Amino acid sequence: MNGAHDMGGVHGFGPVEAEPNEPVFHADWEKRAFALTLAVGMPGGWNIDMSRFARENRDPAEYLSMSYYQIWFVALEIMLKERALVAEDEIAAGHALHERKPVTRVLSPDDVLKVLHRGGPTERETNTRAAFKVGDRVRAKTIHPLTHTRLPRYVRGHAGVIERVIGCHVFPDSNAHGAGENSQWLYTVRFGGCELWGADGDPTLTVSVDAWEPYLEKL
Amino acid sequence: MSGHDHHHDHDHDHSELSETQLRVRALETVLTEKGYVDPAALDLLIETYEKKVGPRNGARVVAKAWADPDYRARLFKDATPAVAELGFAGRQGEHIVALENTAKWHNMVVCTLCSCYPWPVLGLPPVWYKSAPYRSRAVADPRGILADFGVTLPKDTEIRVWDSTAEIRYLVIPMRPAGTEGWSEEKLAELVTRDSMIGTGLAKDPK
Repeated sequence: MNGAHDMGGVHGFGPVEAEPNEPVFHADWEKRAFALTLAVGMPGGWNIDMSRFARENRDPAEYLSMSYYQIWFVALEIMLKERALVAEDEIAAGHALHERKPVTRVLSPDDVLKVLHRGGPTERETNTRAAFKVGDRVRAKTIHPLTHTRLPRYVRGHAGVIERVIGCHVFPDSNAHGAGENSQWLYTVRFGGCELWGADGDPTLTVSVDAWEPYLEKL
Repeated sequence: MSGHDHHHDHDHDHSELSETQLRVRALETVLTEKGYVDPAALDLLIETYEKKVGPRNGARVVAKAWADPDYRARLFKDATPAVAELGFAGRQGEHIVALENTAKWHNMVVCTLCSCYPWPVLGLPPVWYKSAPYRSRAVADPRGILADFGVTLPKDTEIRVWDSTAEIRYLVIPMRPAGTEGWSEEKLAELVTRDSMIGTGLAKDPK
């Protein structure tokens, strides 16, 4: 979706202000919201692409007015409510009011380090052949799906070069909406600064994005 | 809930923050009562990313790449197993690529769409990395971003920006500073800053 999260090239946000000696978290609630998000993914049964869509799928003004962990937290509430694991009246009351829905797994303290160390690799076996090879010229398609996509707006319609054939990876555009992993070949595509930004572009700049095969057409 | 000051990328009024604090606490209680989370697991997750996983991990990778030519070759050939040799692996680092900075080109990493960042080697991202100013401008005006960080590169240096749009996580290997010949990996690692591994900074000058 063309949401406020897709920020590449947007003007007016001002300079980057780094905080010296920044702590990992700025408040206790951020720690808890972060940890809840990581832990509840297991009983919740959603995937990372569903989480990303839950975060980005909101009014642009709202997205831009929220801090990062606020966005994580409201997305977590939405995903829990969608699956009827938690209801709004329970959050308002601060206690469980309804019967517990059975879930397959809960993250135990003994499993935390194991689960983090394993992570969630997204590369998949395939018997298909990659359509593009290193050096091929391609164009990022002009697409505007209302659903989740990882093709940023600033490269759509622009020509680039295949820099690397990465492998066959879970396709977020499908996986975010429960349509299965639908793994697709993934490539690193390099675009020139002036191809993306025209006469205002920096001629010494190249921008590389990782793009799945359905995002690309051969030139 | 917390006596800390709030340094976010946006200002918030206090009522909004209190509302979020209360809802987070309420949700944790509900989820705990229902048996969906174990608070001890939450504590361990927080402790892991607050105390154990951070940019010192990445600094060890960089220092080893500077000091050990065989390791450097393995790292640029396939970074995920090379990083795992030092014990760093897993969530948000399942597929790592190491990017070499040279006198001719400089790499900078961003995630314009969210906040993708190589957790096992750098820990959780700082607020500025997730902020609109960085995400919007890194792909169009990286030299302007570098200026925000007080870094100026020669006009003809090629700037290679990597937008982390998939599950590949990028780690910049900064140039080794001159005057560090013969240094141990431990001593070299002290010159490696977090920002130098994102590409918004350079390794520290030993002088």
